[in-house]
Amino acid sequence: MKQLLVFIRKEFFHVFRDRRTLLIMFGLPVVQIVLFGFALTSEVKNITLTVIDQARDVNSTQIINKIKSSSYFIVDESAINYDAVSTAFKKGTAKCALIFPAGFGNDLQHAGQAQVQILTDGSDPNMAKTVVNYLTSILTAYQQEISPGAQLPYRIIPEQRMLYNEEGNGSLNFIPGVMALVLMLVCTALTSVAVVREKELGTMEILLVSPFKPLLVLLAKAVPYLVLSLANFTLILVLAVFVLHVEVKGSILLLFLVSTLFIIACLSIGLMISNTTNSQQTALLLSMMGMMIPTLIFTGFMFPLENMPWIFQMISYVVPARWYFLIIKAVMLKGLGFSYIWKETAVLLGMTVVALSVALKNFKIRLS
Amino acid sequence: MNAVVLDHITKTYEAGKVLAVDDVSLEVAAGELFGLIGPDGAGKTSIFRILTTLLLPDKGAASVNGRDCVKDYKAIRRSVGYMPGRFSLYQDLTVAENLHFFATLFGTTIEANYDLIRDIYEQIKPFSDRRAGKLSGGMKQKLALCCALVHKPEVLFLDEPTTGVDAVSRKEFWEMLRTLKQQGITIVVSTPYMDEAVLCERIALIQGGKIMSVDTPANVIATFPVKLYAVKAANIYRLLTSLREDTAIDSCYAFGEYVHVTFRDDAEPDLQQWQQKLTAQGHEQVEAKKISPSIEDSFIRLMNEKQNGQP
Repeated sequence: MKQLLVFIRKEFFHVFRDRRTLLIMFGLPVVQIVLFGFALTSEVKNITLTVIDQARDVNSTQIINKIKSSSYFIVDESAINYDAVSTAFKKGTAKCALIFPAGFGNDLQHAGQAQVQILTDGSDPNMAKTVVNYLTSILTAYQQEISPGAQLPYRIIPEQRMLYNEEGNGSLNFIPGVMALVLMLVCTALTSVAVVREKELGTMEILLVSPFKPLLVLLAKAVPYLVLSLANFTLILVLAVFVLHVEVKGSILLLFLVSTLFIIACLSIGLMISNTTNSQQTALLLSMMGMMIPTLIFTGFMFPLENMPWIFQMISYVVPARWYFLIIKAVMLKGLGFSYIWKETAVLLGMTVVALSVALKNFKIRLS
Repeated sequence: MNAVVLDHITKTYEAGKVLAVDDVSLEVAAGELFGLIGPDGAGKTSIFRILTTLLLPDKGAASVNGRDCVKDYKAIRRSVGYMPGRFSLYQDLTVAENLHFFATLFGTTIEANYDLIRDIYEQIKPFSDRRAGKLSGGMKQKLALCCALVHKPEVLFLDEPTTGVDAVSRKEFWEMLRTLKQQGITIVVSTPYMDEAVLCERIALIQGGKIMSVDTPANVIATFPVKLYAVKAANIYRLLTSLREDTAIDSCYAFGEYVHVTFRDDAEPDLQQWQQKLTAQGHEQVEAKKISPSIEDSFIRLMNEKQNGQP
């Protein structure tokens, strides 16, 4: 027991004396949170909207003022004709344009029907669709405003609500994703490297020629990274809550419990990798490439899994991060309890048991 | 009782393609300081790893203090000290932390066996707060020896402990080994340096995975079968070329600033006459003398005999 404690203490020394490891460990989540939270956001905000108002009447001016007052658009009225808009699109300086034809207000008031043209840059379909939606809803709202008494006998007014995320905060989707990604990378990469480093430096030779049980080497390696990963998880959680204003709806204890399970799963995979490689580079490459790409693609936080062909959906089932992502979304964002996530938890537990037994079974008590 | 026994050990790598240890049998008596002498790639490290239970032999049996290297590997791991060829301590831990770690690993304390390591540890104690990676080569070896000794092993395996260490530290290191031997510890040490062979009680000359000779250093030298001569000239390369053409000469090889020569006819040649003959061949500043062979001469002779298929 005392041997194990001394061994674990030694592992902590290794981690704290290696600035690079620490930097990877705690720099990675901060960088990812900042990147995903502020730079790589798919929300549309402050889009420059080119407006050509050939009508210049009460109605068009009112609509333009409404658009100006929303936070989505910055209105640019410098273009004077259609050709100027067309050139701006080609140059890429304009992404969307709204054109009022001459006599817009007149048509609206007398014919009861008028047209506007919305132009968007379809080479960025997501943004284009969002812009069209925003503009349509502003126009619809204006329409209801100017004709308060409903002329139509039957009207369906869709009452929209985005459940669990009323404000459309984009952070909500990627926070669980970043958690899964960071924990996966840190745990697998750093543990596999930690074991392989002993082989590379030759210290494994001395460790093996000692009464210390080889399996305890694995345990001693895993414990510090479990502790550090939990600290890491706390860091991400704190950043999410205080910097990105994500509300944790479910039980914090449950979050920590399932995260611990996920961390152990990742540590086991890291140990599994370390058993089969002999150089730190291979171990790092395997855990980075072998884990990061599938985690990015098959977790569902970047690309919806439902749209993938069945074969890729099958692959996604063996990616542990996918299950963890579902659990975190359910607990953190929806506030669901254990009864809703037991299936995912069971899958994760199964994966942990398999990876851990493979790692333990393949641990070599001799060289090569 | 023999502390270490190797019985027809064979070890190959890469599915039998590379033969590292070829049918080696050896015995090391308890309390002996035994040297395994041979160049790089001779199979020394493989033998050490088999004895320290790190590798399984393909054929044959090995035992340390009567314990089988395959079956009783746990008991062996508890009772031997092993210092691998490469510096294998934690570079980012301090001297004191390394020693404390290895003492605890073997279930003992530094204090319990301090007598054994005192002489060595006192020398590196002023640097006990320094990271092991920042020590000089000689100090690293001393620390590694301390770590291998701290649990009072029955047998100490030192794989090339003096490689990459300066001449003074090497000398000190061998003195330490002699002190340890007096404490009753069996020491098996390997080295590629032939001059260190004479510091062992018995040596095994190993080449290409095969043991060529096992004996005391004195006996190895004494059994050198022919007379040995050293000759030098201003241009050593030209001298070597013309000596190789001389049919009366059995073997010749560069050895420092001299060329060592043995003749086919073991009758004493006239050195004066030989010198004149060489001068006549155009060599300048020729100087020839009879010398007594060293371990290295024996090694080279045994190696050549093996290559030429002679007994």
